[in-house]
Amino acid sequence: MTDLPALSFAGVAFAYHRSAPEVLHDITLDVSDGAVTAILGPNGVGKSTLLHLALGLLTPTAGAIEVYGRSQAGLSRRELSRIVAMVPQNEHVPFDFTVLEYVLMGRSPHISTLGMPTAADEQAAVDGLGALGLTELGSRPVPELSGGERQLVTLARALTQGPRILLLDEPAAHLDLSNASRLRAILERLGREGTTVVFSTHDPAGAAAVSDEMVLMRDGRVICHGPTESVFTSSHLSETYAVPIAVARVDGHPVVVPGEHT
Amino acid sequence: MAPAPSRAPASALRRLWPLGVALVVVAAVSLFVGRYPEPFWTAPNLLWEDDLAARVVWSHRLPRIVAAALLGMSLAGGGIVLQTVFRNPLVEPGFLGVSQGAAFGASLAILGLGSAASPLAVEGAAMLFALVGLALSAVIARRLRFGGWVLRLILGGLAVSALFSAGVGVVKYLADPLADLPVITFWLLGGLSGISWQAVIHLLPFVLPGLAVVLAMRWRLNLLSLQDETAFSLGTALTRERALVLAGAVAAVSAATAVAGIIGWVGLLVPHLARRVYGADSRIAVPASLLIGAILVVICDDVARSLLAGEIPLGIVTSLAGAAGFIVLMTRTTLRVPR
Repeated sequence: MTDLPALSFAGVAFAYHRSAPEVLHDITLDVSDGAVTAILGPNGVGKSTLLHLALGLLTPTAGAIEVYGRSQAGLSRRELSRIVAMVPQNEHVPFDFTVLEYVLMGRSPHISTLGMPTAADEQAAVDGLGALGLTELGSRPVPELSGGERQLVTLARALTQGPRILLLDEPAAHLDLSNASRLRAILERLGREGTTVVFSTHDPAGAAAVSDEMVLMRDGRVICHGPTESVFTSSHLSETYAVPIAVARVDGHPVVVPGEHT
Repeated sequence: MAPAPSRAPASALRRLWPLGVALVVVAAVSLFVGRYPEPFWTAPNLLWEDDLAARVVWSHRLPRIVAAALLGMSLAGGGIVLQTVFRNPLVEPGFLGVSQGAAFGASLAILGLGSAASPLAVEGAAMLFALVGLALSAVIARRLRFGGWVLRLILGGLAVSALFSAGVGVVKYLADPLADLPVITFWLLGGLSGISWQAVIHLLPFVLPGLAVVLAMRWRLNLLSLQDETAFSLGTALTRERALVLAGAVAAVSAATAVAGIIGWVGLLVPHLARRVYGADSRIAVPASLLIGAILVVICDDVARSLLAGEIPLGIVTSLAGAAGFIVLMTRTTLRVPR
C-alpha cells in the first residue's frame, strides 16, 4: 500500500454528448491504494459512468483523472489495461468460447496486437481459474454457464490481466446468496492481498460487510466519502436514497431497513 | 478433473491437417474433372498423350481451381471476420455494400463498354464500386445519430446495398436486351468461367495481404467479439483494430467479388461449420474457415463446369449447396471434433 491514491479524480465532469446534460458534476475523489471501496447511490446516479471514467472508456468533459499519480490520458491503452481491469454488469459473450479460452483473453494486455498466447499465458489462465476454485468449469462454453458461474468466470478473466485496480459494476446483482458470499470472500481476499477494488452496488449492507471505504452519490455528485464505519450510518444513507433508512447490526452483521417514503 | 491441457499453435496444426490434405486432394482430383475429352473425367495419361488435354488442364482448369480456392478463402474469411467483429452470426460479406457495389460497377462497365468489355475493365469497375459501397456505408454509419456502431454500420450497409441494387435495376433496364443484358445477368449470377492465370494474378495482391492480416489477427478477433466495455478493458484499440481486420477482409472479398461476381452463402455457412466442428476460438476457427471455404468452392465450381454441357452459374451451385448445408447444420445439434 502506498500513500499515493490508486485513482484520483480532480473536478471531473461528464456528459455523453456536447449538447446533453451533465451526468456527473465536479467529482473530486481519491480512491485509496489497496482498499476495497464501495460506490452506492440511487439508480441512474452515475455509478457506472464513474467506473467507465476510471476505466478510461469515457473521457471527462472537464477535470482530470490520475492513476497512481500518472495522468490517465497519458497512458497507452496497453499500459492502462495492465493496471485497471473491469468486470462489467452483464457480460454478453456471443460465441461458444470455452471458459478457459475466455479467461485466456485476460492475458491480452501482455500479448502484442499480432501475437498469440504462449504456453505461459495458457498456464496463467489455468491458474487464474484455479485460484477462484473454478477449475472444473474450464471446458464448458461460457454462454451455457449459470448467472453466478458466469460472474465468477468474468472475475477470473479480469484477474488474469494481473491488475492493481479492479473495477466491478454491480457484481452481486444477479447472484444467489451462496454465490454472493463467495464473491464477497474473493473481494475481501483481493483487498488483503493489496489489489485496489472499486465496486458499485445497490446493497448497502453487503457493501458494508466487505468494504474499507464507501462513496455515496446523489444527483451526479459525491456527497460522502470515507471509512465505511463512519459513512455507513442511518443519516448518510437516508440522505443518499431520500428515504428514512435504519441501520442495525444482527450478530455483528450490518443490516439495513428502509422506511416509508416521505 | 484437470482442465483440458492448453492448446498451443502446434496442436491447432495437428487438428487442421486433415483439412489441408483434403484441399490438396480435392484440388488435384479437380484437375481431371471436366468435359474434355468426354463428360466428367479426363484420364490422367491424356496429359502426356493429348496436347489439347494438357492445355485444358494446365491453362484453364488449374488457374480456375486456384481462383476457386482463393474465392472460397476470401468469402469464408470475410464471413468469419464480419460475424465476429459484428458479434452477429447472421452477417455475411455481402453486408456493408460490398457485393451490390461490385454488381453495380460491373453492370455499369458492361453497359458502357458493350458486351465486348474486357474482363479487366469489368473487374476494375466492380472493385472500384465495391470500395465505394464500403466507403458510403461507413460515411452513413458515422452520420447516424443512434444505436451502437454495429447497428449503424449494418444499417448503412443495408441502405447502400439497396441503393446499388436499384442502380443495377436501372442499368439492366437501359441495357440492350439482346447484347448487354445477358452478359450482365450472367455476371450477376457469378462464376469463374473463362478465368485465366492473368485473373488469378489480379487477385493475389488483394487476397494474400488481406487474408494475411486476418490470419495474423485471429486471436485478437476473439477479443473484438466481446462487448466494447470488455474489449476496451483488455487493452484493445477498438476502432483501429476493427478497421484493420475489416480492411483485410474487405480487400479480399471485394477482389474476389470483382472477379467472380456475387457468390452467396459461402461467407455465411462456412464460419458456422468451422465453429461447430472446431469450436469458437478464432485461433483455429479462422484457418479452418479458410480451408473449408476453399474446399467447398472448388467442389461447387467442379459441379458448375462439368455437370451440364453448358456452364451452370457458380452462384446458383453455391446457393443450393450452402442453403442445404445450412439447414442440415442448424438442425443437427452436435458435430464437434474432439480436442
